[in-house]
Amino acid sequence: MTDLALHPRALPRFPFWLLWAALAAICITLWLEPGIAAWAVKYPRAMIVPIAQWIGAAMKWLIAHFQGFTRGIAAAIDIPLQVAFAVLAKGFTIGGVTIPRLAWVGVAGAAAIAGHAFGGMRLAVLSGFCFLYIALFGQWDSAMLTLALVIICVPFGVALGLLFGILAYRSKKLDDWFIRPSLDLAQTIPAFAYLVPILLLFGSGPVPALIATAIFASPPMVRATKLALEQVPEDIQSFADMTGCTRRQKLWRVMLPTARPMLMVGVNQVIMMTLNMVIIASMIGAGGLGYDVLMALRALKIGAGLEAGLAIVVLAVALARISAAAAARRVRHAPPAGAKFAGRHPHFTIAVAWLALTTLLSLGVPGLGTLPKDMTLTTGPFWANIVEWINIHAFDTIDAARTWLLLSILNPLKNFLGGIPWPVFVAAGALLGYQLAGWRLALLAGLMLLFPAVTGLWDKTMLTVYLCTISAFFSCLIGIPLGAWAANSSRVDRIMTVIVDTLQTLPSFVYLIPVVMLFRIGDVSAMIAIVFFAVAFAIRYTTAGIRQVPPDLIEAARAMGCTPRQIQWRVQLPLALPAVMLGINQTVLMALSMLVITALVGTKDLGQAVYAALTKADGGGGLVAGLSIAFLAIVADRLIVAGARRLRRRMGLPET
Amino acid sequence: MGRIMANDDRVKLACRGVWKVFGRGAEEYMANDPTPTPDGLRAAGLMAGVRDVSLDIGEGEIFIVMGLSGSGKSTLLRCLSRLIEPTAGQVFLDGIDLLRAGEADLIEIRRHKMGMVFQHFALLPHLSVLDNVAFPLTIQGVPRPEREARAREVIELVGLGGRETAFPNQLSGGQQQRVGIARSLAVKPELWFLDEPFSALDPLIRGEMQAELLRLQSVLKKTMIFVTHDFDEAIRLADRIAIMKDGEVIQLGTPEQLVLEPADDYVAAFTRNVQRAKVVTARSVMGPIRNTSVHQIVRASDKIADIAPAVIEAGSPVPVIDEHEMVIGSLAPQVVIDTLIGKDARA
Repeated sequence: MTDLALHPRALPRFPFWLLWAALAAICITLWLEPGIAAWAVKYPRAMIVPIAQWIGAAMKWLIAHFQGFTRGIAAAIDIPLQVAFAVLAKGFTIGGVTIPRLAWVGVAGAAAIAGHAFGGMRLAVLSGFCFLYIALFGQWDSAMLTLALVIICVPFGVALGLLFGILAYRSKKLDDWFIRPSLDLAQTIPAFAYLVPILLLFGSGPVPALIATAIFASPPMVRATKLALEQVPEDIQSFADMTGCTRRQKLWRVMLPTARPMLMVGVNQVIMMTLNMVIIASMIGAGGLGYDVLMALRALKIGAGLEAGLAIVVLAVALARISAAAAARRVRHAPPAGAKFAGRHPHFTIAVAWLALTTLLSLGVPGLGTLPKDMTLTTGPFWANIVEWINIHAFDTIDAARTWLLLSILNPLKNFLGGIPWPVFVAAGALLGYQLAGWRLALLAGLMLLFPAVTGLWDKTMLTVYLCTISAFFSCLIGIPLGAWAANSSRVDRIMTVIVDTLQTLPSFVYLIPVVMLFRIGDVSAMIAIVFFAVAFAIRYTTAGIRQVPPDLIEAARAMGCTPRQIQWRVQLPLALPAVMLGINQTVLMALSMLVITALVGTKDLGQAVYAALTKADGGGGLVAGLSIAFLAIVADRLIVAGARRLRRRMGLPET
Repeated sequence: MGRIMANDDRVKLACRGVWKVFGRGAEEYMANDPTPTPDGLRAAGLMAGVRDVSLDIGEGEIFIVMGLSGSGKSTLLRCLSRLIEPTAGQVFLDGIDLLRAGEADLIEIRRHKMGMVFQHFALLPHLSVLDNVAFPLTIQGVPRPEREARAREVIELVGLGGRETAFPNQLSGGQQQRVGIARSLAVKPELWFLDEPFSALDPLIRGEMQAELLRLQSVLKKTMIFVTHDFDEAIRLADRIAIMKDGEVIQLGTPEQLVLEPADDYVAAFTRNVQRAKVVTARSVMGPIRNTSVHQIVRASDKIADIAPAVIEAGSPVPVIDEHEMVIGSLAPQVVIDTLIGKDARA
């Protein structure tokens, strides 16, 4: 907006500040005299476009005509799922003969062997310990349900991602007009919003959870696949052609194997997002750890909730580390020619043998199959005591802090944003879009911001904007200095990397548990949970941004006699700004996605609208509220990215 | 400039009036104006990578396309192998128009008749040396024992025996390119394309690999189309060289012809620093037949640098004989010395 001031000699351009001043004037006028244009202050009920009802009607039609088909698909998907459940958690009964589930000793051992295969002794100990922990603390049954869902979901998500990634790579038109917009929506619409139609189409139980999870988890695989294929060196592509590969041979035998390292990064992300989603989806009837946490929270069984939550953390850490190590692994030496299967895959063979052996033994020694109850530990009372102690001794302090935050920061911002007339807000978004990237972005921002207004969700939307803004603000306030600190000290960086890795590994739902215990339900709890969830991105991007500042610039600054502080403030931070803005962008997007989860602890924003629609099985309402969130996310993303790009261009940095 | 036919050998690969024009609407533009000028193309927002190139490449010949970056040499190579479609012109392999071949035919031709070596090796990172070399046979569906036997054979040929189970990232650049060469030879191609194969290697290794290539060629006698930006490399390897600039072939000839009669200043700039004695043959500098008592003889095709010690030792002109053992001239020591020090010593 201050473009003119910065470039006094720029060609005379339209005085945008006049438009901004006009918007501010309208805003103040309406605030003082709301009677002048009541329709602008509050969107008139009569003008609400019943998009929710239309969607609901369309869905009814779909269900009426396709339910048989979709239920058939559900039944087909259910088969591998039930097999996985049986193998890992429940055991089979075929004709009166009971085949036990895999012994816990076996699974924990197999996890350790997998850790050894991909990451050596340290990872073997870590993953073995993680599973041992789950068994010892009596979370085995639920954890195996969750693991079974993950194991079945991941191949689905990966296959879906590969398929669409390949299509996007092959056809630019398809990518521009269908795949990329779909990805944007799939990553920004809260999963709760599309759960309703999926539930209606595919019935209840774990199958819809699986489908929702695949939709939620495959976008990073699509992007990774497309990127990986694009990055295959041109020489290798020419080689495939010159060797006389058919199209199929070129793709499957040359392109995809060459792109494997990048693809594995995508697979790793799919695994983590699947776990994240499975935890959430388990609340709609898939069962597992997420369900345990939710039940414990609802019953105020703090210790039990924390324990189940810790089991999620442990499972997440094991899966994250093993899959990350598998992604980073390099092939070393080919096995000697003529080796048998066991010789080619020693780890796999040993793991299978170990699983079979222990499971067989568990028929005689039940303790191997299921850890006896009296051998499990519980720290539930311990955690309950701690929380109780904190609540007794520190309640006043915590409550005072909470009240202060609410009264002096949260509420004023809420009132301010809520007081902006909707046409002014929409116009401001469009104007900003125009200034940053021209009329196309202006149109996009204007239309997308108009959507929640015409669907009658404006008040909830502004609550969302408020909670998201304040959370993103605090995330950046904490994260950017931490990131800058880490960038300048390798010791801090090492510690920070562990923290950030862990924060990013944890399923979003986990953050709610301690926060709700200490701060009770409400906006402050939601905000703190969001900040914890989103702060990792602010830290990571800031560190990366500062790191990529060319070292010769810093040397030049030092040669000119800049103090370390001057170097940091006058060289590093300004040059890192575009990268930091992308970090802010991710922070905002993560905050928005977390917002929906916080609906579980009683916020009143769009997230709540989505959640409420889920409980009422109101598909139309859920989708409209979900789309509103998605549109907010897309507008925020496009505006910030356009701003960062402008900044880069002005600084003469390469475009990314 | 006049086209020089490959002596009296059979022509293996030929092209006629090949153009590659980049940009939107290039085909339509070329259809209206089959011989566009650079200015005309620029005005239409187009860019010619290859301009009106016609070549005849003889069987068993080492044909080098030499040019600086942006001269269109790699584009020409890709037009000849049809990795990219020429905008206009024809390419004949054994007299058959390659540009008319359908996709299935092209795949067949490439599987059996062509091999290519790449600047950055283009090895498949997930396959061992053996599997990389056998890959072209694998996709043809050759059974494992047969293709592995053939792969071992060519791996041995390029001097990498014993490294069959290694992966590409465990090999040095020179070794990787040996794998690339072995792989391109696995299908016994008739046409061998090499796209700057040694440019990514250290100078020392590069020299070693050039010698290796000459050794292989003396055994295999492939028709070789070799692209390079290194004039010394071209001189060392070539039977004939085509020098390219701005998409055009500006001179075509043997290394000797280029050195002795550069077509223009651009070519002369390359040849100026070449050691003439390494390029010039006795035939080009010999004098008329003279009676001499010397017992030394030289062949017309011998390079001056190779025979200089013997001729200078002899002290008086020595007879020059052709491939039919007929005396066709004589070579005086003074001529040899003049050539060695770079003086224009042509008779």
